[in-house]
Amino acid sequence: MSFWIVGPPKEQTPMGDEVLVAISSDRDVVRARQTGRSMATQLGLSRSEATLLATAISEVARNIVEYVGEGQILLCTVNLNGMEGIKVVATDSGSGIENVATALQDGESSGGRLGLGLPGARRLMDEFHMVSKVGEGTTVTMTKWKGPGRG
Amino acid sequence: MPVPILKQGHYLVASIQDALSDGEVLELQENLLKQIGDFRARGIIVDVTAMDVIDSFASRSLRTVALTTRLRGAEMVIVGIQPDVASAMVQFGLLMDDINTALNLEEGLEFLDRWTAERTDADGG
Repeated sequence: MSFWIVGPPKEQTPMGDEVLVAISSDRDVVRARQTGRSMATQLGLSRSEATLLATAISEVARNIVEYVGEGQILLCTVNLNGMEGIKVVATDSGSGIENVATALQDGESSGGRLGLGLPGARRLMDEFHMVSKVGEGTTVTMTKWKGPGRG
Repeated sequence: MPVPILKQGHYLVASIQDALSDGEVLELQENLLKQIGDFRARGIIVDVTAMDVIDSFASRSLRTVALTTRLRGAEMVIVGIQPDVASAMVQFGLLMDDINTALNLEEGLEFLDRWTAERTDADGG
């Protein structure tokens, strides 16, 4: 089901604001999503857009804690063809996922408990791209754009 | 910070004050399930007005409390899901079809009063 994978990510110009959140506990999951929300609000995303972003961050951050133990989430403001948004890069050095397409299907999960997380996060974001190498780790890159008419 | 659980008549009211970590969500789940037995509560209200997100973990946990509460002969209602949180849940695909929800604390209490009254009627008749 290759349509689950959106990408590769388009060329986006970083706009300067960049925050790196180290992830190793459930408190960090909250910190990551709150940092993402405040960056989104600052950039002018609506409350709804910020909540979609925060929810998606919560899912990918939890996956890191649950399946790998530690990793990091880079949050940055980006610009593409005049559109502004928040890009999230969640990285871990875990054992990786053999079949990314399967991991992104509803109800699928290697741990058997979190089948909703990744496909759900994908539905909340405008861009979603996941790369995983067995033995090396996983990177999820996703972007939420500021909606039209929000200057 | 633990979520305070207040007793109001035959009901327990858990009023979430801030964003919750997964550990705090689990702690709330355990406390509610314990207290429903301790207090012989007929209903639980969980006020989620202050929750920043309701993601897959939080929604699964709330659902577990609601269904377990029902198995113990009481009923739970979630109140205060904010509009942006609600629409994120729908877009995510987090369904709570079998869970009671109400707009706010007042309507949650009214729901439980009606539910309790109907049950008492059924028992009496």
